[in-house]
Amino acid sequence: MIELQGAGRSFKVKRQVVHAVQDLTFRVEPGEFVGYLGPNGAGKSTTIKMLCGILTPTSGRVRVAGLDPSRKRTTLARRIGVVFGQRTTLWWDLPLKDSFELIRLLYKVDRKLFASRLEEMVETLDLAEFLARPVRQLSLGQRMRGDLAAALLHGPDLLVLDEPTIGLDVVSKAGIRDFLQRTNAERGTTVLLTTHDLGDIERLCRRVMVIDHGRLGFDGTLEDLMAGQSSLEEVVTRLYTGSLQ
Amino acid sequence: MPTCGHGLLSFPHAPEVTAIYLYPTLILYGFRKHATYVWAALAGAFTNSVFGILRAYVLIALWQARPHLGGYDVVDAVTFCFVTQAMIGPMQLFGGGLGIPERIRSGDIALDLVRPASLQAWTLAEDLGRAAYLLVVRGLPPTLLGALLFGLTHPDGPDRWALFGLSFLLGVVVSFAWRYLVALSVCWLIDERGVATVSMILMTFFSGLALPLTIFPGWLGELARSLPFAAMVQVPIDVYLGKGDGLAFQVLWAAVLLALGAAGTRLVRHKVVIQGG
Amino acid sequence: MVRSYVLLAWTWTRAATAYPVSFALMTVFGLVVAGMDLAVILIIFANTTSLGGFGREEVLFLYGTASLAFTLADLLFSNLDRVSQHIRAGSLDTVLIRPVSAWIQLATDRFFPARIGRVLQAAAVLWYAVAALELERLWMVPLMVVCGLVIFAALWTFAGALQFVLTDAPEVVNAFTYGSGAYVQHPLSIYGKELVRATTFVLPLAFVNWLPGLYVLGRRDPLGLPSWAGLLAPAAALILLALSGLAWRQGIRHYRSTGS
Repeated sequence: MIELQGAGRSFKVKRQVVHAVQDLTFRVEPGEFVGYLGPNGAGKSTTIKMLCGILTPTSGRVRVAGLDPSRKRTTLARRIGVVFGQRTTLWWDLPLKDSFELIRLLYKVDRKLFASRLEEMVETLDLAEFLARPVRQLSLGQRMRGDLAAALLHGPDLLVLDEPTIGLDVVSKAGIRDFLQRTNAERGTTVLLTTHDLGDIERLCRRVMVIDHGRLGFDGTLEDLMAGQSSLEEVVTRLYTGSLQ
Repeated sequence: MPTCGHGLLSFPHAPEVTAIYLYPTLILYGFRKHATYVWAALAGAFTNSVFGILRAYVLIALWQARPHLGGYDVVDAVTFCFVTQAMIGPMQLFGGGLGIPERIRSGDIALDLVRPASLQAWTLAEDLGRAAYLLVVRGLPPTLLGALLFGLTHPDGPDRWALFGLSFLLGVVVSFAWRYLVALSVCWLIDERGVATVSMILMTFFSGLALPLTIFPGWLGELARSLPFAAMVQVPIDVYLGKGDGLAFQVLWAAVLLALGAAGTRLVRHKVVIQGG
Repeated sequence: MVRSYVLLAWTWTRAATAYPVSFALMTVFGLVVAGMDLAVILIIFANTTSLGGFGREEVLFLYGTASLAFTLADLLFSNLDRVSQHIRAGSLDTVLIRPVSAWIQLATDRFFPARIGRVLQAAAVLWYAVAALELERLWMVPLMVVCGLVIFAALWTFAGALQFVLTDAPEVVNAFTYGSGAYVQHPLSIYGKELVRATTFVLPLAFVNWLPGLYVLGRRDPLGLPSWAGLLAPAAALILLALSGLAWRQGIRHYRSTGS
């Protein structure tokens, strides 16, 4: 589903070359649920943006669903769903249901298929009460549920989530985690998730990758990461503050 | 705190002593506040220069067809064009620039109105600082470019320069007084874009920016030359070119508009403070 | 592409017409603002009978064709010049994850149908000028407007592409877009020869209405280009459009999404 080979992205800042990420090599198979961890500025968002085709890699090779994201961005867009926790992908001034309708038209989703998916989303994400409200009037939790629905209405094979639980209360978080787990289990949607919330990782991810200073430092199962220790927080703190190997 | 000037008011001076320091300080703050938008100002200078060149060619073509039209020769006309482009920034001829509508809509205006200083004088001081900054950064480049490309005339002698400086300042004051009234009107309107558009038309077309008011035909010319907008561009540029001394006209309009603004402030205070918005 | 454009533009139109009074008012004001350029021309002709060798109706013809093309482009594509705003707000990222070209999405973002007021004003002036002039090569006029529209669309595309670099001073591009619009409102014979040459061979603004306009009016080019030069307008427009498309692609590829 995802294949990176020596992928890197560097920026020129004041004539100095800064490597946001470098030499990333990993594969994600269909149906996996992968957590992508790393301290602030480690290169998580840069990686995600390369996967969506927002950023063009400056070195190496990136393939998502067999496509080069930066060259086949709009084709790829139909096959993946993206959620940015920090900003909405919905239309600010339109009622939520109009945003969904627009997505149906832009992604050219069959009307019947769309209706059944929407019905399912409305039920599992509990959208009914604010479906007619403009997005700007929604609470953060409501907006995130709307964003998740929007990212899945076209039935993507891959769901990429950049900090989807940021700023949410305990109840909203639990609801979203449940939903993601079900989506992965029942539909077989591959999920790649970045987060600072270790609860997300513990609850959801079978596989974890840790990135630091733009390089991949750990890639393995959650059990391997824990390596017999009791607290994920301790493990991650040590990883972030100390050297990765 | 919304603006930088609040701290001054806590000084234990008598009000008149404070005022001596207050307003110059506010002018300085207005200047500095705009200094943070230097790239926007330079981009504005660039745009004004480009439009200056285009308009200069139109005026040259017109004055070649009609030399001495409106009492100007070709050099006067080209000078008119570039110096008036330089006025767009300081006189804020496309409107706005006071920040009052935003504060009225957010309700912060109530805080401004309970200060022991006049909102109008306060805003004027900040606006003068803004105008001074934009005169330098946004006004000088088009003028210098015009002088380089076409050759411009300048006021003859220090007296004329001084008179132009005074007339320019009065122009800024009249422009401020007008924009202040437009800004206060937001209090009574749901959608202020209409008033903003009308104001922009008046300030660009009837000020002399679009074309010298001296070549407006018949009654349209009479009307344009007697409106306050003439005091913003046409009068200062005529003082610059030595074609007229309309300073009394500027003082008159400044007084009328500032008085209206003061009355408007009282109405807004009544509406916001007493009625609670 | 057209389908996506119409879809998005219609969505914004529905949002804009939710307040019909305000919408009608803005349409009328747009018409009046555009009328100021016309008023300048009329005041000039209250003082003279010819400008740059052209009479009032001829100048109005050139103004009408240029303005119609420009205001149409302004209505349809001018939102492209807000690229730097989208970059700063981070909304460009959300544009780039949709299966529709970023160009279409940004051109239609906050599509404001009240700008039609200016289009109507330009169309009315052109109507008047065409009726007053009794042109023989009338068939050329719609082609002129289309070519002008394409040239201005290309300019707005360049303006957007440039903003991927100029995030600090996005206003600079106004000098090119609105400046070009103002430039072609008058007969180019009033400008310096070097400027006219530059806007013929480098930035082909002369093909918006000047060279094809001379052909329609049956006038000689003061700079000596043959009368069929005006017929090259479609070629010039398409070349410029292709170049602007390349610039846009470069801009998108060099986009450096900031923040998380």
